[in-house]
Amino acid sequence: MSLVVDLFMVLLILTSAVWTVLARDRRDAVIAFIVLGLQLSLVWMRLMAVDVALTEAAVGGGATGLVLLRACARLQPVEAEGRLPGLRAQIAAGLLCAGVGVALAAVILAPAAPAPSLAPAVAAHMDEVGLKNPVTVVLLAYRALDTLLEKVVLVLGLIGVWALAPDLFWGGRPASLRAASPSGTLTFLARVLPPVGVLIGVYLVWNGADHPGGTFQGGTVLAAMWLLVMMAGLGELPETRALRLRRLVAVGPALFIAVGLAGFWMADGFLSYPPEYAKPIIVAVEVALALSIAVILGLMVAGPAAKEPER
Amino acid sequence: MMADATTPGGGLLVLALMLPAVGMLAIFALGLRHAERIAHATLLAGLAVALAVAVKVGQSGQAMTYLIGGWRPPLGIALQADGLSAVLMVMTAVILCAVGVFARGSFSSPRDGAETRRPFVFWSLFLGLWSALNCAWLARDLFSLFVALELLTFSAVPLVCLDGSRETLRAALRYLLFALAGSVLYLMGTGLIYGAYGTMDIATLHHLTRADWATSLALGLMIVGLMAKAALFPLHLWLPPAHAGAPAAASAVLSALVVKAPFVLILRLWFEVAPQPASTPAGAMLAGLGAASILFCSVMALRQARLKLMIAYSTVAQVGYLFLVFPLVMGSAAVTPWESVGWTGGVLQLVSHAFAKAAMFLAAGLIAEALGHDRIADLGGAAKAVPVTVAAFALAGLSLMGLPPAGGFIAKLMLLTAAVETANWWIAATILAGGILAATYVFRVVGSALAEAPEGAGTTAIARSRELAVLALALIAVALGFLPLQPFDYLAIGRGGMP
Repeated sequence: MSLVVDLFMVLLILTSAVWTVLARDRRDAVIAFIVLGLQLSLVWMRLMAVDVALTEAAVGGGATGLVLLRACARLQPVEAEGRLPGLRAQIAAGLLCAGVGVALAAVILAPAAPAPSLAPAVAAHMDEVGLKNPVTVVLLAYRALDTLLEKVVLVLGLIGVWALAPDLFWGGRPASLRAASPSGTLTFLARVLPPVGVLIGVYLVWNGADHPGGTFQGGTVLAAMWLLVMMAGLGELPETRALRLRRLVAVGPALFIAVGLAGFWMADGFLSYPPEYAKPIIVAVEVALALSIAVILGLMVAGPAAKEPER
Repeated sequence: MMADATTPGGGLLVLALMLPAVGMLAIFALGLRHAERIAHATLLAGLAVALAVAVKVGQSGQAMTYLIGGWRPPLGIALQADGLSAVLMVMTAVILCAVGVFARGSFSSPRDGAETRRPFVFWSLFLGLWSALNCAWLARDLFSLFVALELLTFSAVPLVCLDGSRETLRAALRYLLFALAGSVLYLMGTGLIYGAYGTMDIATLHHLTRADWATSLALGLMIVGLMAKAALFPLHLWLPPAHAGAPAAASAVLSALVVKAPFVLILRLWFEVAPQPASTPAGAMLAGLGAASILFCSVMALRQARLKLMIAYSTVAQVGYLFLVFPLVMGSAAVTPWESVGWTGGVLQLVSHAFAKAAMFLAAGLIAEALGHDRIADLGGAAKAVPVTVAAFALAGLSLMGLPPAGGFIAKLMLLTAAVETANWWIAATILAGGILAATYVFRVVGSALAEAPEGAGTTAIARSRELAVLALALIAVALGFLPLQPFDYLAIGRGGMP
């Protein structure tokens, strides 16, 4: 039975993938890509990797899709100028991808001894951290440095997006996200969903310590709620020079670094936590990170400043 | 060397990584007036940290290690400064400090205190780049190195289009696509390695890797990805417009430092991760592409009308020299790679090119500011307007050509010696031809700059401190030429456990 389900999933995924590549219209391709992301998250669920599934759905399907859709909308006016790469380039790219894909498949599917894994080692030391979700333990204890630096990457990415603003508009508001004429449904959803969505976001963050969920998934849900309100025109995007906004962006990585450095005095060194307070510290860091991620993702979708700052 | 425990003073490595990141966040959160001051304070502190690490590594004769959070690899992540990392850290810090002095003129905040785009973006990404580079020099974990590459990409790309013109945006987008394609390939390889060996720690992998299909594919994907980031022929197409389009201060950092990080990663993959002895045909192929870079892009450099594009093509050519080391090391009689002349020559080429190229791009920036353009044919009068700068350019040029006394001379002589020793005649011929081509394109510029100024050409005055910063970099590139012509013990520090 489960084989039938799996084969059906594979078929669906292949269909969406082929649709993404072959779609003539850019928008269709993006929508197919979003569908593909959601289907992949179902596959991760079937593989019992709930954390990966949540991330794939939130980031791979949701946030990336939204950014791509916005890009499509912005590209429409300049469509005529753009030239698609020639047939030869397309075939070359296709062959290259197919080659890499076949080689990867050959290596991964080759019958081998049971793959070595760090999972037992991860489980063996979990008590020392005091959390029950192994993914969170890896992300915030064993490999905390990677997680920390990835958040710095996010801030750099936002600076990169902002850098595209014309000099005149620096510090001003991004282009409004508001739909030209927000439909009644959108306005209704924007009024009803956020309380629930925020609750889900907070739950995902809070829950991440012991169960699947975590900062990125929670932060993405929070960002989605914020964007929904903006799109319905119920709120205005802040000016990019607003210091309060800047501090919200920086608070996550800054607190993480501060906690890490405090480890030099309070524990065994950088990014180690005193055993009795490990959990509250990690949860506090996660909350700050989720907040920063939500604001950064929202601002990335919103794009660079597009209006002069107000006097 | 296995990272078993944190060594005394290991916390310095954490500081090297975190100081610039903290500075970047401070610029972001405090806004406006402070950007430049925060950046300069961070530069001083970071330089002190880099020097302290280098001194400590030299004194103890052993690598410095820091286990993040006290977790030992493969579960946790170790930072490690061996002799090579320490040299790279100091090189990075010194070049960034000189660029910091240079950029005072072009990226000062306005006096009225309102935040403007260019200083904000420049200084915050400048510090972001530093964190990225230090992470690339110090991390000993394939995934942490991936994070370093991401930090590097996202700091470097926006610097290219800081001017916001159509051409620079196009160049930045092309750079982004190449860099991200490289990241994807690198990440796939890392995934395969973890799948096969259950660890991403380089020191652990060193004893584990087998010569099988999966490992070859993984390393192949990673190295091709890194080649795209290091702009090795024929994946160099993104580099000339990107490095030429960026403001001079950014071009200097991109050309001198940023393209070196992927190369250092390839060195580590090749000599520390790949099962030994590494594949001879693969090494020959890398060197062949390096030789193609040298010849093709030196000729391209000769044909450029604009100074910055010429320097950018010269970067691709000079990076090509680095890739010659693989067959030179493998064919040598030395017991370990780091005792071979070829490896030492490669590292010296990397360092001396970094100083020379940073000096050259900054000099080009000052010449362009003084004359108002950078057309090579019309540089007449530059030697009179900015004599110190033109002298710095010529000194840096010596190093690129490989003429004595300059770092580039020693580096290329070592590579040449290694090529003769290992009977790689085609490499020896390429090194000589590359030197002649470099001499031609450098003299073309210097000759033009020494010519009389055309009638009525006005010049802009340049602050002396900025000229001196450029001269300092060029003098360091020359001073490297006084190093002894033999493998250095310092570079071999921390590599005792390796075969």
